[in-house]
Amino acid sequence: MSDSPGNRWHDMGGDVAGPVPGDDHDFALWEKRVDALVILAGLKGVFTVDGLRRVLEDMGEEAFETLTYYERWVAALNQNMLETGIYSVAELGERMEAVRARGTTYAEAADG
Amino acid sequence: MPHDHHDHLSPSGHPYRPDQDTGLTDWQVMEIAIRELMIEKEIVTAAEVQNQIDAMDARSPAQGAALVARAWTDPAFRDRLLTDGSAACAEMGFDVGPMRLIAVENTDSIHNVVVCTLCSCYPRNLLGLPPDWYKSRAYRSRTVREPRRVLSEFGLDLPADVTVRVHDSTADMRYIVVPARPEGTSGMDEAALAALVTRDSMIGVGIAKAG
Repeated sequence: MSDSPGNRWHDMGGDVAGPVPGDDHDFALWEKRVDALVILAGLKGVFTVDGLRRVLEDMGEEAFETLTYYERWVAALNQNMLETGIYSVAELGERMEAVRARGTTYAEAADG
Repeated sequence: MPHDHHDHLSPSGHPYRPDQDTGLTDWQVMEIAIRELMIEKEIVTAAEVQNQIDAMDARSPAQGAALVARAWTDPAFRDRLLTDGSAACAEMGFDVGPMRLIAVENTDSIHNVVVCTLCSCYPRNLLGLPPDWYKSRAYRSRTVREPRRVLSEFGLDLPADVTVRVHDSTADMRYIVVPARPEGTSGMDEAALAALVTRDSMIGVGIAKAG
């Protein structure tokens, strides 16, 4: 949590922390697709950066520490799409099941 | 430089990741499902998603570097850039989206560095996607607390008489640093100068160097 009482966990400016990590990575296709969907959903008027941040911040600190950046983004995108009524929980569940049934690799599963 | 000692780097200078055709994760399944549903519900098209990815792949710090090189060679443009960064970008034909862009200039006595303590706001249209370290807890927390120490971890040790200004971005307001023009570059044209302007120098964790 934030070192400053009254600040939410994501408000981490000024906290004590370790060395800045030197790692950097090329984004995977699925990560680029999440980024693209977030940007496009914003351009189409069904999503805002405020909606993205609200879900990210409500996911809490454990999610920040344990999930990757785009894992958190896809969760936030999904929550917003559900709330906006773009698709239902049932539709999502059915589709995820169908995707899983296609194979055990991303390439197989993405090939609908 | 702390970010340079990887043994196996891809052409873009990043470590190779494991192949994507192993270990399907729940999050990947969710991405596929969401994308298909958004296409079926006619929110987006498959072509739009691909075009967006192509545009993302094509992005680099080049636009930011062009902006800086113009500011170095054209004093009137420099003034306009520092007055209204968004308008100066538009003048160059660069789209920075709806958010406000603020350009801050390094001088002999002032060094600027940019952070987003609340999330990961970054001038991505000008610089490409933010590096992983920019999104890290350590950078977000410490840059406003002990900027000189953070900068020294990037190999940038500033003299004590240089003022360090830290700028905290928001979702609606992005910063870009105009690094100081290096000595010994008076004969160079705009394109040659732009090649000296690195991503890190425009975030403020580095400086532009001649050659």
